[in-house]
Amino acid sequence: MKIVVDLTRCQGYAQCAFAAPDVFAIQGDEALLYDADPDDTQREKIARAAAACPVQAIFLDREDARNRQSGRGTHVPAPGPEEAFKRTGRIVIVGASLAGLVAGSTLRREGFTASLTVIGDEPHLPYDRPPLSKQVLMGQVPARRTALPRRDEVDAHWRLGVAATGVDLNGKQVLLADGEKVGFDRLLIATGVRARPWPNEAEAGLDGLFALRTPEDADGLRQRLAAGPGRVLVIGAGFMGSEVASACRELDLPVTVLERGKVPLGGALGAVIGGVAAQMQRDHGVDLRCGVGVAALEGDDSGRLRRARLSDGSTLDVDVAVAALGSIRNVEWLEGSGLAAGVWGVACDAGCRAIDVNGVVTDDVFVAGDVARCPHPVYDYQFLALEHWGNAVAQSGIAAHNMISSQSERRPHLALPEFWSTQFGTEIKSVGVPTHADQVVIAQGSVDERRFIAVYGYRGRITAAVAFNQSKWLEFYAGLIDRAAPFPPSFSTVDQPTDAHPVAVEVPERPTPQATVVVTGHGPSERRATLVRRTYL
Amino acid sequence: MAQTSIWQQILDPSHRADPFPLYAELRKTPVVREEDGSYVVSTYREIVALLHDPRLSSEMRNLPELGADTPAQASEEGPAELPPNVIQADPPEHDRIRRQLTWNFGPPHRPGRVDSMIPDLLEIVTSEIDGFTGKEQLGTTRVDIVDDFAYPFPVTVICRLLGVPREDEALFQAMSDAVIKAIDPSTGGIAEQQRRRAKATADLGQYFAELLDARHGQPGDDLLSGLLSGDGPEAPMSYEQILSNAALLLVAGHETTVNLITNGMLTLLRHPEVLDRLRRGAEPDLATRVVEELLRYEPPVQFLSNRYALDDIEVAGTTIPKGSPVNLVLAAGSRDPGGVPNPDRFDPDREHNEHLGFGGGIHYCFGAPLARPETQIALTELARRLKNPRLVADPPPYRPNPTLRGPRHLLVDIDGVNPAQHRPP
Ligand SMILES: Cc1cc2nc3c(=O)[nH]c(=O)nc-3n(C[C@H](O)[C@H](O)[C@H](O)COP(=O)(O)OP(=O)(O)OC[C@H]3O[C@@H](n4cnc5c(N)ncnc54)[C@H](O)[C@@H]3O)c2cc1C
Ligand code: HEM
Ligand code: SF4
Repeated sequence: MKIVVDLTRCQGYAQCAFAAPDVFAIQGDEALLYDADPDDTQREKIARAAAACPVQAIFLDREDARNRQSGRGTHVPAPGPEEAFKRTGRIVIVGASLAGLVAGSTLRREGFTASLTVIGDEPHLPYDRPPLSKQVLMGQVPARRTALPRRDEVDAHWRLGVAATGVDLNGKQVLLADGEKVGFDRLLIATGVRARPWPNEAEAGLDGLFALRTPEDADGLRQRLAAGPGRVLVIGAGFMGSEVASACRELDLPVTVLERGKVPLGGALGAVIGGVAAQMQRDHGVDLRCGVGVAALEGDDSGRLRRARLSDGSTLDVDVAVAALGSIRNVEWLEGSGLAAGVWGVACDAGCRAIDVNGVVTDDVFVAGDVARCPHPVYDYQFLALEHWGNAVAQSGIAAHNMISSQSERRPHLALPEFWSTQFGTEIKSVGVPTHADQVVIAQGSVDERRFIAVYGYRGRITAAVAFNQSKWLEFYAGLIDRAAPFPPSFSTVDQPTDAHPVAVEVPERPTPQATVVVTGHGPSERRATLVRRTYL
Repeated sequence: MAQTSIWQQILDPSHRADPFPLYAELRKTPVVREEDGSYVVSTYREIVALLHDPRLSSEMRNLPELGADTPAQASEEGPAELPPNVIQADPPEHDRIRRQLTWNFGPPHRPGRVDSMIPDLLEIVTSEIDGFTGKEQLGTTRVDIVDDFAYPFPVTVICRLLGVPREDEALFQAMSDAVIKAIDPSTGGIAEQQRRRAKATADLGQYFAELLDARHGQPGDDLLSGLLSGDGPEAPMSYEQILSNAALLLVAGHETTVNLITNGMLTLLRHPEVLDRLRRGAEPDLATRVVEELLRYEPPVQFLSNRYALDDIEVAGTTIPKGSPVNLVLAAGSRDPGGVPNPDRFDPDREHNEHLGFGGGIHYCFGAPLARPETQIALTELARRLKNPRLVADPPPYRPNPTLRGPRHLLVDIDGVNPAQHRPP
């Protein structure tokens, strides 16, 4: 059977691990790892686990779902053109992963009964990626067994294994790689991101060099790790790289992590909390080298990776390397479509409607998930691109709802950004945007024990909070962000460090991706923008 | 004379059988100030927020209005006061105690422990129901679900878990009663409650001290032996801390589950269609959902009165001033239409049940993973085995305690007992 845990909601109560100990396991204080595809014999215990979860974060596939008359999701149709659309319209979703699946089931749940087509270039039904860098690498779950449960049967035409290559907004059709054209009335773009490939093409082909985004990637890497390599090199200490390093240490493999910045996770959490992460890595036996990059990767005659020459002049013998270099948005298929799509993603408004090159919102094209770039009022209306599981779920739910709602019933995507990472037996959780900050303070707990809450502030207002193994408190801080509470927090709490004072957050300058636009025409009726193609770094 | 507040009426034992209309009244003002300066919070969102609010403390002994003289004041007669246990401590102390207690109880160190107790639970339940036979008069057997079943069963379980001899019930029963009386806000002011609770806990601690003395050098696989061995992720607890937490576990382990089982049987008898579904046994996870719904609909712990504000806290437009005691009315919150649709309907088929029955946040019930299967098994077996059960009195007589609410007796007439379907392995 298939299960998925919404780890953004999970607060580590461990009720699931008590009820079904063969399926759910707690590492350290509250880091939950689970088998996404457990044996059917566990079904009864898993049902108990799901019912017991205090925050109802566990979802099972539908074999189990009965006809439940009550609860959420009972929909009272209001008459109007949107009701007709629900019975006769055509919706196409491009991208058959988390966002695409959630959007599809939301559409069905909210009463869309007409034609639904989901197009995905991967051959798989929607699967979950977070386990790929955690349970899968540790060998607890096979890479190809993280399929997402389907709670509501998404009765759709699944076109898997074929990429969308273009979209004709005037003709209202999506073009497929096999030459087919699929017509739509409304379109959802959910094509996500892919791993940034190793920049040196010759080196990129070395056997033993991996990126990590898909089950194929994870499977290959897992096999190499299981074979007990001499040393693993992880290039880039963001969340992905850090989780890979953690899995290596869990497997007792020697691992070196290279990070160009000062500390791991610095790009997401700033140098102060990144420093805590650095110590955590070293305490777990990671050979962490900051301020160092790779000058070259070298292989042997048969093309197997053997050595890395580092930017500081040293060399390292390695059999396996993981390039955790961040991501590239899957927007190429939208080139020339007239949408504001580029390296920054696909721009949309807070109602998930795509924005065209002129900066005008479209009516029939929606965007959600990792590929979207959307303004957030809490963060000065800046356009944020978020590669977080919870964002894909929340945003695609809103997008789907808005696709079949009249203007007055449409909702804004105002959820605060949230993510988790499980590494070195520690649950790291974040709410808000930690890089939208100038100062940070430890509000609760102890950094030495790695059980603490760090609160981030920007110009006197709380903008983010990050918890290490303290997730039960985090929703309180989310409330403070919602209310634009003053920074630094000045109230008394339990477990308040006596010597805490705000320090500079040290977040890296974030270069805004450049969009080069040429405007032509005279007067309001003629002026139009065109995106100019450039090669960006 | 001031009008009796809704809260005062709730505390009044005459409303014990059905406090829910009063809770509905209470919810009209989500945060109410009582005459004694304490605050009562009754709406779902506000309770959830406060359960996760680090500005609330559970260290009531530090409550400013108690003054400096109460803590650790040795009572003249009887044993010395014990240090705070897990439910009375704030982090980081709370978290340390909790990790140490969990070490021999569940994940990460003993993940399968509770799961492995399930055959035992079934065996105890089976033999207790077997005991209903032989009291038959004119074809009818009258059983008291409380005294004959729902009370003895969890006591047996917690005794096994703690390594306490079951025969000692006569010894600890009165002390345990005294502890739960002390958390009843209708029996005196906060200072008075604190004093009586400390005294009753110290007495129970004394019982445990004697027990451990007698057992010295013969550690078992029980929780107390684990704590005494000092094995765990934290520095070993002091002897007094062990006694204090042992006393809490003994009380919490049986004064609550009895009410969940009894409230459960009462609710099932009031909803025969659900009882029937449970009896038929065609839905393997029905018992699970029934128990979760009971925790929402008829929760054994109606409210928490063990917190106070460390700072001014604004909730739903009201400021709770620093130093004020705060009551969180879990039972009212779980029936708040703002938190759950059709709250007054008992509906085990709810798709999403985020009830407050076990609290929330860091003090979330430690024993929940045990109380759940206890009640699931108890209700399933009662449903399957009792022939034609009928309520003798509705409502049944209630215990006076407004916090830990439940029937004092639940008399049920049956036409006999079916044989157990599956014998414990
Ligand atoms: C290893 C790993 C670990 C992670 N861990 C965490 C974590 O711990 N916490 C957290 O919050 N987040 C985590 N994430 C991020 C999370 O998985 C993503 O946010 C989520 O997958 C986003 O879903 P999506 O549907 O928007 O995009 P994706 O999952 O990227 O899906 C997009 C889909 O569209 C397909 N596609 C692309 N172009 C086309 C085209 N032209 N035609 C058809 N199909 C196309 C893609 O192949 C893909 O299947 C992790 C991600 C990875 C890879
Ligand atoms: C149906 C039965 C039970 C119910 C409804 C229940 C309810 C609760 C609630 C609401 C709390 C929160 C208290 C607070 O926040 O201050 C709690 C805490 C606690 N419960 Fe239970 N309980 C039950 C059974 C048990 C059992 C069987 C045990 C022991 C094995 C137990 C041990 C505890 C302990 C030790 C705490 C304190 C936890 C902490 O402070 O971290 N409970 N319980
Ligand atoms: S919050 Fe739910 S999913 Fe998370 S550990 Fe607890 S029971 Fe499991």
